[in-house]
Amino acid sequence: MNVQTLSEPLKPNDYASDQELRWCPGCGDYAIIKSVQRAMAELKADPANTVFISGIGCAARFPYYMETYGFHTIHGRAPAIATGVKLANPELDVWVIGGDGDMLSIGGNHTLHVLRRNIDVQVLLFNNEIYGLTKGQYSPTSKVGTRSPSTPAGSVDSPISACVFALGCNARFVARAVDTDLKRLPGLLVEAKHHKGTSFVEILQNCIVYNDGVFSAFTEKAIAADGQILCEHGKPLLFGKDGNRGLRLTPGKLDLEVVTVGENGITEDEILIHDEANRPQALMLAGMRPPSFPVAMGVIFRDPGPAYEISMHEQIAEVTAENPPEALNDLMRKGRTWTVS
Amino acid sequence: MATKLKHGEETDEQGRRILDSVCIRFAGDSGDGMQLTGTQFTQSTALMGNDLATFPDFPAEIRAPIGTTYGVSAFQINFASFDIMTPGDAPDVLVVMNPAALKVHLRDVAPGGVIILNTGAFTDRNLDKAGYKTNPLTDGTIVDFRAIEIDISKLTLAAVEGSGVTQKEGLRCKNLWTLGLLSWMYNRERQPTIDWLNQRFAKQPEVAAANIAALNAGHAYGETAELPSDVSAYVVPKAAVDPGTYRAVTGIETTSWGLLVGAQKAGLDIFLGSYPITPASPLLHTLSNLRQYGVVTFQAEDEISAICSALGASYAGALGITASSGPGIALKTEALGLATVAELPLVVVNFQRAGPSTGLPTKTEQSDLYQAVWGRNADTPLPVVAAATPGDCYDCAIEVVRIATKYMTPVIFLNEGYLANAAEPWKIPDADDIEPFPVEFRTDPEGFQPYLRDEQTLARPWAKPGTPGLTHRIGGIEKDYDSGNISYDPENHHRMTKVRAAKINNIANDIPLQTVASGNETGKLAVIGWGSTYGAIEQAARHCRKQGLDVTHIHIRYIWPLPRNLGELLAGFDKLLVPEMNNGQLVTLLRAEYCLPAESLTQINGRPFKVADLEDEFRARLED
Repeated sequence: MNVQTLSEPLKPNDYASDQELRWCPGCGDYAIIKSVQRAMAELKADPANTVFISGIGCAARFPYYMETYGFHTIHGRAPAIATGVKLANPELDVWVIGGDGDMLSIGGNHTLHVLRRNIDVQVLLFNNEIYGLTKGQYSPTSKVGTRSPSTPAGSVDSPISACVFALGCNARFVARAVDTDLKRLPGLLVEAKHHKGTSFVEILQNCIVYNDGVFSAFTEKAIAADGQILCEHGKPLLFGKDGNRGLRLTPGKLDLEVVTVGENGITEDEILIHDEANRPQALMLAGMRPPSFPVAMGVIFRDPGPAYEISMHEQIAEVTAENPPEALNDLMRKGRTWTVS
Repeated sequence: MATKLKHGEETDEQGRRILDSVCIRFAGDSGDGMQLTGTQFTQSTALMGNDLATFPDFPAEIRAPIGTTYGVSAFQINFASFDIMTPGDAPDVLVVMNPAALKVHLRDVAPGGVIILNTGAFTDRNLDKAGYKTNPLTDGTIVDFRAIEIDISKLTLAAVEGSGVTQKEGLRCKNLWTLGLLSWMYNRERQPTIDWLNQRFAKQPEVAAANIAALNAGHAYGETAELPSDVSAYVVPKAAVDPGTYRAVTGIETTSWGLLVGAQKAGLDIFLGSYPITPASPLLHTLSNLRQYGVVTFQAEDEISAICSALGASYAGALGITASSGPGIALKTEALGLATVAELPLVVVNFQRAGPSTGLPTKTEQSDLYQAVWGRNADTPLPVVAAATPGDCYDCAIEVVRIATKYMTPVIFLNEGYLANAAEPWKIPDADDIEPFPVEFRTDPEGFQPYLRDEQTLARPWAKPGTPGLTHRIGGIEKDYDSGNISYDPENHHRMTKVRAAKINNIANDIPLQTVASGNETGKLAVIGWGSTYGAIEQAARHCRKQGLDVTHIHIRYIWPLPRNLGELLAGFDKLLVPEMNNGQLVTLLRAEYCLPAESLTQINGRPFKVADLEDEFRARLED
């Protein structure tokens, strides 16, 4: 075990490296790194045992700013590199950082497979629905009609929902949060860390330069309560500033609808209870889009299963017990040989 | 030509005629089991103490339509009582299981050569599929050859009768019948094949029994049938070789074992990230069966993930390895850049095949030298080592592990599809003879900087995650020469580019000086080769020297950096000739490095050079 007992608990700032942050002033990434550092402190994470791995993009600069081990790799490939790290040393605590272009466009394939395999890493996808570092082109999460240097008349291809994608890849922990939500995000990251297997967290991140305000329709303080719904296991899916709006299954149809408790004879009993282990329900929640629906936040889905690297090493241990290694000289002499004297 | 069939004047005590060497080619439909027949014949030949070399030649399709020319699969074996180096130029004996096999392979048989034909397969339908308008058995096509026409299909069915297999299963035993006949002709033991069949079909004893019956029937046929007098039983005496324990190996096995030994010498566990591709996949299969040796194998989702996971494993302190073929290596290029700039050890094995693109996936070529040495964006130098023979793959595999770990660099191991599949007898080395080269991970936080270099090797320290006090960040952005923090300073980039190049160039001081494979140190003609052409060039050069010609063979194993005395050595010859199974790649490298007028000789038909062709070329250069 590499885990060390720390003599003195570290503070969030102790997880910051000596490097100056180089994101644009006002970028959502500043808030995210604060939440991550708070989560680290809460987890009492050992910096020596913690690794941040990123691809390419604004978000991917993240490892340079953490006083842990860090590997800033190539575009889209962070999940693949992280897989190798975790298979070589399952004791390490590995965090994978990337943006929507990195993880859903150029690296979509690796995101699919890290989730499917259920490698025990935390995947944080900073979704700002735009390419920042290459100066503002639309991304696979940009809404139809997004005007950008490469789509001056508006984009025509339909976007993907990161959480729906993750659920489709058989991810076993899928959560969503807003970058500036310093109240909830650190706790959510702690839960992500505690989940064994891949934890996928979509963080809605505002790009102040190329896509400012893209989420403001449901993140602005005044309207956030009506624009978002917090998913909490075992609790009714209620939201709104008065807490009386909720989700229920449309009678006679596999669909969700927004209702108001106390109106048209609706009672709280009809409100759907969040069952975080129910994948079809999670898919419906993850896919809800404003303005007709609130945006689902919190732990949308959680259903732990065996992590790939654990199963793999268990299998190797079994194989080794059945067939212990002999000297390599003996291995090379097994089978048909002949001797010339 | 030593590889030509020589009718033995002498006989042994049992009256079998003694031959120096024989080259046999088995050819049939992909479903006829020709590779299996060849492999079993190889095993018995190796156990007989002959030297041998093989050339499996199979189609890209798993099961091409039966009876077609593009579905023909062949296996050639050359075995001798002397030191043999190639699978043979032309078969002395061609075994054809159907008309398509005759159509494809007849052109390689010298007039007077023996052809054993399965007449049972020469039906109108099969003749039509092979594109024969008339029957070659009767239209004069094979009149210049010594044809032995046998209805192998019928005789096989008769042999397996009563063993409880279906007619279809019975017919599939005809390769074993053929093997039995050839075992009689060349005095090979049948027992190893019988043992193998019993093991292989342990759960289907009736199938094992049928195959064994067919094998024995083929052998008995040889003993009793009245074959033409010049096709009687032969004996090829044992080759005189060094004392030791031997086995028949392919390059896949020796590469796997070499990597295991290398990792053990370095004190590391192996992580192999690989994506299936012809002809590299067998390495993944082989190492997946050796996981008890501290090996993790990972079938990645694509070639990029294969190398990236291997690089991640190296970052975490394992020996990261990835294996592929040219098109897959192309996909790994960007990650090779990252490995170069992150300065992490990584072994990349390229089992080259004919290209570009999909090319001829099952045919061999050595056309990825440019890709290995130069094929990356920016100034991204890395060491390249190429293996000459299946046995040499073992030594090269150990060497690339040593270089990668000592110099903290990705290394490309240029292997070849031919070497992967070809078999040769191998004197099993003693792994204890290799001096250990243990990796020392950095653990001391005092004065640690991630890019602080070792003065001698210029390698940076390997500080793996999990080590207290050494937290640091690495990545693709240029790093400051001293602190290792990211740096956009132009002068620093110049300095870093120079030091990365110097680190790789410096490896030239840590590899053997270039020697000649055979011949004089200076002279009229030096033939320079690399990779699997070693055997053919060496044999041709020896023949030439026997005829009094001044031909030297230089074989280059270290493709990059080149041995530091190579330029001087080459300058001592009047003429330089570089035969390659590509359109002229090493020749370009040598011209560029040494400004010498090296001449190129190329063959790009997916087959190894023929010794006779090379001899003619060497002689022509000396006659100019």
